[in-house]
Parts: sequence; C-alpha cells; structure tokens
Amino acid sequence: MKNPTKNSASKLGGATKNNRAGFSRRDFLKQSGALIVSFSVLGAAVEPALAQFVTGGTPGSPNPSQLDSWIAINADGTVTGYTGKSELGQGIVTAQHQLVAEELCVPFDRVELIVCDTDYTPDQGYTSGSQSHPTNFNHANLAQACATAREALVKLAADHLGVPADQLSAADGAVSSKSDPSKKVSYADLIGNKKFNLTLDKNAKRKPASEWTILGTPVKRPDMPAMVTARFEYVHNIRRPGMLHGQVVRPPTVGATVVNVNDASVAKMPGVVKVVVKKNFVGVVAEKPYQALQAASELKVDWSAGSGLPKFDDFYEHLRTQEPRRDTLLVNSKDVDQSLAQSGATVVKATYHHPYQMHGSMGSSCAVADVQNGKATLWSATQGVWFMRSTAAMVLGMKPEDVHVIFTRGSGCYGINGADAVSYDAAILSQAVGKPVRIQLTRKDEMAWENYGNAIVADERAVLDAQGNIVAWDHESWVPVLGSRPGRNRPGNVITGLLVGFEPEEFAARTPAPEPNRYNNNSNAIPSYVAGNIGGKKQGTGNIASERVLVHNVVSPFWTGPLRSPERLQNTFSHESFMDEIAAHAKADPVAFRLKHLSNPRLSEMVTNAAKAANWDARPSPKPASRKNGVASGRGVSCVAYEGDNGYSAMVAEVEVDQNTGKVTVKRMVVSVDCGPISNPDGLRQQTEGGTLQGMSRALGEEVTWDDQKVTSVDWASYHSLPLGFDIPKIEVVLNNRPDEEATGAGELAITIVAAAIANAIFDATGARIRQVPFTPERVKAALREVAAQRASHHATTA
Amino acid sequence: MSNITLKVNGASHTLDLDPSTPLLYALSDDLGLNGPKFGCGLGQCGSCTVIARGQAIRSCITPVEAVAGYEITTLDALGTPDKPHPIQQAFIDEQAAQCGFCLNAVIMNAKAFIDKNPKASAEQIEHAMSNVLCRCFTHVRMLAAIKRYAQGVAR
Repeated sequence: MKNPTKNSASKLGGATKNNRAGFSRRDFLKQSGALIVSFSVLGAAVEPALAQFVTGGTPGSPNPSQLDSWIAINADGTVTGYTGKSELGQGIVTAQHQLVAEELCVPFDRVELIVCDTDYTPDQGYTSGSQSHPTNFNHANLAQACATAREALVKLAADHLGVPADQLSAADGAVSSKSDPSKKVSYADLIGNKKFNLTLDKNAKRKPASEWTILGTPVKRPDMPAMVTARFEYVHNIRRPGMLHGQVVRPPTVGATVVNVNDASVAKMPGVVKVVVKKNFVGVVAEKPYQALQAASELKVDWSAGSGLPKFDDFYEHLRTQEPRRDTLLVNSKDVDQSLAQSGATVVKATYHHPYQMHGSMGSSCAVADVQNGKATLWSATQGVWFMRSTAAMVLGMKPEDVHVIFTRGSGCYGINGADAVSYDAAILSQAVGKPVRIQLTRKDEMAWENYGNAIVADERAVLDAQGNIVAWDHESWVPVLGSRPGRNRPGNVITGLLVGFEPEEFAARTPAPEPNRYNNNSNAIPSYVAGNIGGKKQGTGNIASERVLVHNVVSPFWTGPLRSPERLQNTFSHESFMDEIAAHAKADPVAFRLKHLSNPRLSEMVTNAAKAANWDARPSPKPASRKNGVASGRGVSCVAYEGDNGYSAMVAEVEVDQNTGKVTVKRMVVSVDCGPISNPDGLRQQTEGGTLQGMSRALGEEVTWDDQKVTSVDWASYHSLPLGFDIPKIEVVLNNRPDEEATGAGELAITIVAAAIANAIFDATGARIRQVPFTPERVKAALREVAAQRASHHATTA
Repeated sequence: MSNITLKVNGASHTLDLDPSTPLLYALSDDLGLNGPKFGCGLGQCGSCTVIARGQAIRSCITPVEAVAGYEITTLDALGTPDKPHPIQQAFIDEQAAQCGFCLNAVIMNAKAFIDKNPKASAEQIEHAMSNVLCRCFTHVRMLAAIKRYAQGVAR
C-alpha cells in the first residue's frame, strides 16, 4: 500500500491521498544522503536520555525518537503530522491537528494528519486510558516533535537569511526577521519534501499557552461536514475490488466447541463461496453480505454442550468465594483492624454492586481484510494498529512485517468493542478465499461476545471519631477478569482468538497479597480521601492515615476489557456513595465533609466549583421533611481524581424520584472539569456532556444479563440504552483551564462520577440508599421499602 | 430472484434480488450508498433509516418488494459537504456528533418528523426521537440541532 488511508482530519475522512507525492512513506524514512538536511547543532544519534520522551516502538515502526517519524514539511507548503493516537469520536484528532498547527505556526487548514497506520505512523500503543491528551500534548511525542521542528526551521532560516535565530519569528508557515519582515523564507523552501534527520529535542521549547491562537480555541471538527453528508468513510464503507462478504457462526453457548460442520447444508445457497472452519471458528464467505448472513443462519453446525455459567441472581456472592484469586494490596497502614476494633468507634459499613456492562457500539463491528500472496492488509477500527499487526500475524501464521494495518474509523467504541475480534474474523476469512473480505457482525454476535466492563463487588468500612472525622478507611473488592485487549501477543484475549486456538492471558494467582512497595492508584481502587502512604510518602489525594485497600481478582466467566473509565467508574461509584453514607452518619454536609478529608487542592477546587455553580444547598442528607410518597427531589455530589492524578472532576446531580413507581428522573447535572491546559474547549464540553449522559444510561439502565448457558443481553430490547428522546437533564459544564499544568486525561472524567452523584441525590430525596447499579425502578422501590421499614421500626421503638 | 425497481434519490434502479431482501442491503451493497448503515438489523436503533414517501422507515427490516416504486431518499442525497442541506448545516453548527455513526439515524428520523411537524414542541421532538439511539450520547447537541432545523422550516 503506497497510499495510506487518511483518517479523520481530512474533509472527506477516509479519502485516499498520497501523502507525499511520489514517495512511499516507508521508503522516505529509510532514505539517506542527498535529501537529508544536516544540522550541526543537534546530533542525529539517539540519546538514551530521550527514552523517557518517546513511547511505543516496534521493530519496523517509524522510530519515535526521530522527528521525521512525526512531522513532514511538504513542498506545497502543507504540513503532515503522523500520530499513533486515533479518533474514536472523542475529537482528539481535531485537537492534535490544532496542536500541530499551533506549535508549527501554520494555518489549521494547511495541516493534515495521518492517523494510526503501521506503514506510516509511530507506534504509540493503544489509544486508551485517557492517555492521548497527556501523551501527545505535553513534553514528548507529537508535541515535542512539533516544538523540535519549529526550532529547527528557525535555525535553518537563520542560515538561509543570514539573520540570527533570536531575531526571527515563525508565522503562517514561514520564518521572517522580526525587524525586517521582507527577509522571509517559507518552510517549503527551507525543507519541503526533505527530511529533518533530527532526534526529538527534549529542550525544544513549546509555545506558552498564553501565545496560543489555535490550540485552546473551539476549532470545529473538520470531519463534521463529511460525516453529516454520508461522505465520511468508516471501516463499514470500505469497498475493495473483488471484495467478498463474510459472516461468522459463534457458539450457541459459552464454552461450546465444534463437533461437526455440515458444509452441504449451505452449498446450494445463492452466492455461497466457502464455509471456513478453523478449530472452533466457523464462518462463511459469500458474494453478497445478505447471502453471507442467510448462509450463516442456515449452516448446520453441531456444537458440544457449553461449560455452564454461574447463577445470575447470586453472582456477586459467587465472586466472593471464587478460587483461584489474585490479591493485591494497594495501601496498608497496618492499623486498620485496630482502628475498626477500637472501643466506642463508630464503624460505618456498606457493600456496593456494579454489573458487567457492555460497550454496545451503535454500529456492530466491521473490518475488511485482504490476505493474499503472503501479504495481509487490514482495514480495522482497532484502537491499537501495531498490536493488531502482531496478533493478526499470529492468527494468520504470518510474519508481522507482512501485515499492514490501517486504522479506519468505526462506530464509537469506548474501550474494546468487537473491533479486534472482527478484524481477526475478516483476516481468517480472507486468507481462506484469497480475496478481500468484509464482515460486519450481527447485533447478537457483537453483544454476546464482546469484552465487557468488569462487574465489581466492593465492601467499604470506615471509622468515625467523636468529632465526625473519618479516621480509617478499609476497602475490599472482588473483580472478575478474563482476556482484555490482545496486546502484542494475546489474540486469545478476544473471542475469535480463542476460537482459533489461542488462550487468553493466564490468570496469575497470588494469595496472600504482598505488601505494597510503590504507589499504584490501580483504577481508583484507592479512595480519594486516604493518604496513600507508601514508604512514608503520602501520594494520595486525602488525609485519612489509617488505610487499607485490598483487591481480589478472580476469573470471569465472560471476556472483560476496558470500558470507558474501566474499573475507575465502578470503584468510584462505591467510594463516592460510601463517602455520602459516612457524611450522613456524621450528620455533615456532603460537600464540606468531602473537602475536610481531601488534601489535593485541584480536586478540592473542582468540588467547590461544582457546588458553587450548582448553588449547592449546604446541609446534611437526607433532605429534612422530604416527602414520603409521590415525587421527591434531592441533590447529590461526587468527585474523582482520575487515576489519582490524571484529571479532576466533580458533579452535582439534582433528581426527582417517583416513590410510587421507583422511576428516577435526573433534572440537572453540574460538572466541573480540570484536565490541565484546555486544548479545545468545545471538544472538552462535548466529551463532558456525552460522558455525563453515557454515565446516566449506565447508572439507570445498563446491565449484562445471562442464563445458565449464555448471555441474554443480545439486542437493544434486552440491553437498555437511554434513547435520544429520554428526559435529558440540564447539563452545565464548568471548565477550569490550567495553562501551567500538564495536560491530563479528559474523556473519562465525567462518566466516572455520575452513578454516585445520582445515588447520593436519590438518598437526599428519599432517605433510601441504592447500592447496586443500575438503579432500575424495581431496585429503587426495594430501597424505598427498606427505608420505610426502618422508619416504621424506629417509630415502634421510640413510640 | 426477480427484478425489483427501486427509485432512490431521484434515479431508478432495476435490481435482480430476492424480493424479501431487506432494503438496506440493496442500498448499501447494490447501490453503494453510505448513508443508511447496519446497526442492529432489528429495527431497534435507527442506523438504517431512509425516507420513503415522506416517512422514515427502517431499511434493515423493510423487504425491497414493500417499497418497490416508492420515492426513497437517503442521507447521501440531502446535501454535500460544500452545500449541506439545512438539517445537515444545523448539525455542523451545533457540532452535533462524536463518532458520527448514528448521524444517519438521527438526521433522517428528525427530518421526516420535522418536515411534517415544523412547529413541534421540544417534548414532541423528544418523543419522536425516542426510538433512536446514539451510544456516544451526543443527545444534547443533536436535539439542539433538530430544534435549530425546525426553526428554519417553520419560518
């Protein structure tokens, strides 16, 4: 492939363009000699000290320590940026586009970005974990490449113009003399179509945020006109000459294996090209997609019985008793048991349950593969093209260097939907027929076999002193895991890999847990309010000194994987609900009570800002004299330091609870966010609004269900996503720009704190505490009955 | 198999299809259109929506024989990136998309509804959109874009 598929930043989305006329990118990067522009100031050798400023790095990938891997100045005056962080709908490509334009002093529309292509872009691992903003917008990788390029261009211009570098300035794709603007040379004239041949300079200065004119502004997404007019090319729209269409036949139950496949059952169906069986992988290839779908449904396959599933109804109890376990102690001040046992101590306890939830992409996953003549090309919506290259090579029995993976945008994924599995499906089917094959999964195959966000059961305990201060916090949770992202060599971490014979990453049992020797926030398993004291150094965001956090991983019956705010969301639901319960015990205002136990000023400020913007009604919960029936209203707060230090956010939710039906209506959400310097305020607002509503949908309705053999959440009737027309709350986003701080994660902040804010508001409104997600009307009614019974018994004892 | 004539975006196409083939496959596979998309195949999410005789229908559950001869409009034909249709412009103005996969669902359902009910209240619009999904939850901006379009139609 000489023509990379351009992603996202171009007006026509996936339109194909030769990014550098007459050159193959790979060849260009290998070139030396005549075209090289040499610099005496900066050595070309890789400095070991630079290792910390680059990420990723795979044999055969563009060397991330080399400037030419990131930035190319084209002879026509345009600039091409190469990034390994992809667009999932979160707007990060627009922000990276702004970054390149800003740092290089070129107009936004003269920049193009090549996104995630194993032939062209540096290996930046996965686009995940709220890492794109911190990775590419600080002092390494893409941002540092841009700064290095700008300084290099100024130095080149100094030679060219005979003017000292400190008397030059860059603007509009050219360098000119500050005192005599007629002395000017364009980037294209300096180095158009030539290599910089420089390593990334860790000392190159980024433009201060105070000088930004593009970054930090609400630039509109350049892909929007193509998207709204159906011109945007998703992976679903890739069409190749001679392309055939595939469909898979997944096992009917979890753990079932193939006994027999009767090819003859579909042999006479129109368009059927081939039945493909590889261990427990079964698929069909046909000339047209509907023919493939029909053949897959008609194909007679005998399967063994499944392995059976734990009972849905007592799954959380089942998790507690699972062996083997992997135990991890994150903090342990070793005095927690003593604190809990202290005579006269007030101990508050609660247990929280969070279900498996799914990514449930709007479009089921799709991929196109062309495997022939010993080479493979994959058009894939994977969030990690380099990992897809190495693992698809394993699935195909090929060498990684013979596999070319082109990231092509898919339906929003929020972690790991079926994109990786379906890329293997397409590759296997294409290899079997020696022609390009497209496959888009059925809704059921997408939903029944994806890597779900983990279920979690969490026990929380805290000790209150006589003054209403929390003096100890004890957290113990059980988290089922199986598979995950495939990484470099684990295709069995997703369904297709397992079906063709690869095992998921083995479960490394460990009991008891070793004492922690370094601070690890571990997906916000550590509550915000504890000191996080490791080796005498407090690294948490709170001040509670007596602390213990113990996490048990157990084997999951289903695949699991990162779902937007993986485990951070589940853990934060329990911590922030529990903090509210303790505040209620202490008869303290939930905002003031949080602030009293926090030591991190950025997190405290988010709590204060959200409360202020919401005109917070400062008093203990529940609301005095709240109605005992009919509709009751209340407000709740929650907050998070995402991963301890990767973004800060707080939220106030105002809800109405219909106590007759159990229906919860969220009326208003006020969210404050701090993700360091804001790269695009409109994009950040959009991420915050979307995260808030997605969090609401997950808190109020989303739960993966199963029977004794199989997942039963297989469509939108059996898995409940809030539709466009539900009662949408008023959402108010409070942005907090921190131009002098490091860029942090942004896209997973709001969603992390929604469930607790709503649960706390329900408690405020009704006095009923709901400790299990989702907050279905039945569960709300059960919690209301419980509180009514408590009131009745309290009344009976005091009467 | 039989010859079915579909009138799509102002042009007639005679296709040799099993009459029970869902319209979506004829549009995306035989005619190469990118607007209508496969989301669920069950008529639940709206991804495949097209407008037939002014009515938004789910092409993934509509057999081609049921709409043979009908005027069918897909998102592809409303406007272009340079000359977007007013409803498309409203979505651009509101920056009302994240991954954008659901845009076909949202725009086509909204257009069919607003064109018939330009003075619909916010509540009526929400009700009309209650069988359309967006998993990025761009709801706030999408509803704002629909209202913006409605204001233009009502004028």
